[in-house]
Amino acid sequence: MMEEVKEVTSTLSVDIQSIKVTEVVKEGDTLTFLIVSEKLSGTGVYHVDRTYDDFEWLQQHLYSQEDVSGIQGVIFPPLPVKAQVNASAKVIKQLGILGLGEWQPYCKAMEAFLRQIATHSILGKNKAVEIFLTSSDPPGRQRARKNIFNRLSQAMEGMRKEGHKDVDEFFQTERDHNIVITGYAKTAAERFLDVVQTEQKIAVACGHFSTALRLCVEQGEDPDKLDFSKVCVKLSEVFDSIQKNMTSVTENNVSTLGLGLDLESRYQEAEKEMLFRRTCKLVELEITRRNAEKAKPVKKAAMEEVKKAAETEFDHISGVAKDEIARLQAARVKMLQQALVQWCEKQLLTAKESADQFNQHLRAFRGMA
Amino acid sequence: MAASSDRFPPPLPATEETGAVTPDMADGDSDEGEDIFVNNSIPVAVSRGVSQPDNVNEQPPDLFSEEEAGSTTAKSNGVHSDDDNDLFAEAHVELSTNTPGGSAPKELSSSGPCPASSFTKSPASLQPTSLEQMEEDEAEDSFDIDVAVTNPEKVGDGMGAYVAYKVSTRTSLAMFRNKTFSVRRRFSDFLGLYEKLNVKQSLHGFIIPPPPEKSVVGMTKVKVGMDDPSSVEFVERRRAALERYLQRVVSHPSLLQDPDVRDFLEREELPRAVSTQALSGAGFLKMINKASDAVNKMTIKMNESDTWFEDKFQEMENEEQQLKKLQAVVDSLVNHRKELCGSTAVFAKSMAMLGNSEDNTALSRALSQLAEVEDKMEQLHQEQAASDFFIFAELLADYIRLLGAMRGCFDQRVRAWQRWQEAQSTLQKKREAEAKLLWANKPDKLQQAKEEITEWESRVTQYERDFDRLGMTVRKEVLRFEKEKAKDFKSQIMKYLDAMLQSQQRIVKFWEAFLPEAKAIA
Repeated sequence: MMEEVKEVTSTLSVDIQSIKVTEVVKEGDTLTFLIVSEKLSGTGVYHVDRTYDDFEWLQQHLYSQEDVSGIQGVIFPPLPVKAQVNASAKVIKQLGILGLGEWQPYCKAMEAFLRQIATHSILGKNKAVEIFLTSSDPPGRQRARKNIFNRLSQAMEGMRKEGHKDVDEFFQTERDHNIVITGYAKTAAERFLDVVQTEQKIAVACGHFSTALRLCVEQGEDPDKLDFSKVCVKLSEVFDSIQKNMTSVTENNVSTLGLGLDLESRYQEAEKEMLFRRTCKLVELEITRRNAEKAKPVKKAAMEEVKKAAETEFDHISGVAKDEIARLQAARVKMLQQALVQWCEKQLLTAKESADQFNQHLRAFRGMA
Repeated sequence: MAASSDRFPPPLPATEETGAVTPDMADGDSDEGEDIFVNNSIPVAVSRGVSQPDNVNEQPPDLFSEEEAGSTTAKSNGVHSDDDNDLFAEAHVELSTNTPGGSAPKELSSSGPCPASSFTKSPASLQPTSLEQMEEDEAEDSFDIDVAVTNPEKVGDGMGAYVAYKVSTRTSLAMFRNKTFSVRRRFSDFLGLYEKLNVKQSLHGFIIPPPPEKSVVGMTKVKVGMDDPSSVEFVERRRAALERYLQRVVSHPSLLQDPDVRDFLEREELPRAVSTQALSGAGFLKMINKASDAVNKMTIKMNESDTWFEDKFQEMENEEQQLKKLQAVVDSLVNHRKELCGSTAVFAKSMAMLGNSEDNTALSRALSQLAEVEDKMEQLHQEQAASDFFIFAELLADYIRLLGAMRGCFDQRVRAWQRWQEAQSTLQKKREAEAKLLWANKPDKLQQAKEEITEWESRVTQYERDFDRLGMTVRKEVLRFEKEKAKDFKSQIMKYLDAMLQSQQRIVKFWEAFLPEAKAIA
């Protein structure tokens, strides 16, 4: 249902699945991401470094494809909030699970963003994507022209239009459903973060206990004192194991389900934004219809033109939106399945390893005279 | 000082002449002592009399090594079992037989509550093992006494209400009227027992195990109602602490001889203990510290001829500090685990909501299963927190208090020395007075002076003997304490590891069950 794209597009010269954000480098206050991708021709690899601003540049270019018909029906892959060195409490809260560790989850999320864009049937064709991934120079830093996705203006109109009743049952249902899921997904991601952060505190406490125990070791030859010292040393080893176990559990949580819930939450938001754009268009459409009806004969023809254009655009948008919704549904189920399976497999492995370790410790204790 | 040696354990008189049953190390009476217990009821006391302080250092033959390992699980006392059969599954104290080498007897002190699942449920998995091991232990050892504290029940209403606990004893010792019996006791009864023991026995340099502390806040909650979780936790914590306290008392061979201990375990009704003020508010350690200060302020400073005591005292103070540090860390660990329970439960709910709203059937199911897995995890975290708490936090608290009690023993010894010195100086004064009287030629007063001198001479001898004996007792107690401590910690750690292991195994099962659900999402 998509109209021909008028802008010159390109097909990507890299293997999308090979796109990796390999590391992030701190340069003063700026974070620079190193991105690697393999050439499809098999002749090598592209290495580029990009800052967050460069990602925004990419995003703006994708937003500003006004000549792509129905572009407003696209669910744009969500870009994570800007990562900052010494981030404020507000930013840390917005980052959620992506703010943990030394930006490893964050890099994974940026990587996912790039792959999602590259694989998108409409977005992936934009020149900007190729430039972003392959150009050794940083992509242009000029501000993209003002586009239809200017969030500020949206926010102001938002409150009135969001609840506007739909003409299509499919979309009304989808909007209602989306609001519910968006809320739950966000809550789930936040609560999972709480769990992870508490686990981290436990790991730290275990480390403290282990250290404190080693300080209890006494000198001297008194056999009973030695016995107690041995006990303290062994116990500190036990708590080292417990700490290791807890750390693994946390890492598993973050790298699988954590990222999954975070992505789900952001994608639901992205869908919400798309549905809102469509709703706004619906409102516009209804206005043009009224105008056409009420128009004086002099203006009537012109108004009818405007109305027809609006109707066509709205149909295109709805068409694209339907496709996007179906795509998203399939993609998120697959993504969550992968996340859950990986999560389960990793936790299972960690649990088995820990059980082994505790068994060994137990046997060592029993063997102590 | 030794009472007639042919009678069956003579009741301890309420005065200071408690030498009757306690092994008199400094007397040459030890041999006689052996005859007292012709029916072999408490050989422990006898062997103690025979051994010398230095012997204690040698490793006694590992008669009960199996039991040691086994008794790890048998030491817990976090069980709320109404079934009498299980009453002693987790409470086990053993007095070893008199080993021929004359070496120090092995005593397995029981002092560990088991990791209660919530703070009230008993981990079913722990019981079968401990029962098996108990039987094994029983086969090995013919002298034992087990005590258990269970069944807390609220008696009365309003602010006058209190909690009564069932104190059950099972023993083969002949000094008790029956083999198994139980009585009901309230918290102040336990405190009363401590008071009595402290008054009588601490003068001998024994470490009197300290009772759990009073808690006005805790008790007020319970008076109001016993149903809310924090009251339940408080009662369980107290019950476990009372059980450990009693187990320590009965595992001390000398204290066990005290008739007050027997009365506490056996008598239907005990006179209400009223003088427990000392242990309210200020707490046990504060009391010890106050007493220590008083000793330090005494004008005659002790010149320590035996550096062992000085060194040990220093060690103990250091250890107390270290344990306090450990305790602080454990407390923070326990709090975090409780936090984890809360956040896991909340997370589980949010996943359930997500699962309910999900259109895709398989995904919806998987998310709901996830929520269930997380609920089970929460339960595990709860048990983990209880385990951390009951096993480590309480263990550390007990030992900090025990170290305080030990300091009390050392202070006793110093006081004994001071008494001796004062007696010597008084004797000196009496002699000087006599000399003056001789010079002044006053025959009647002279006679009195001579009598006084004789009296004080015997007092000086008495006090010197007391001091020496006390010194030896304190040494023994310290060594016994260190042995017990190593064993205690080891047994608690094994219990903890066992619990951790079981926990992990359950986690493995949870994940194995969930995996197919996750894979089934299409």
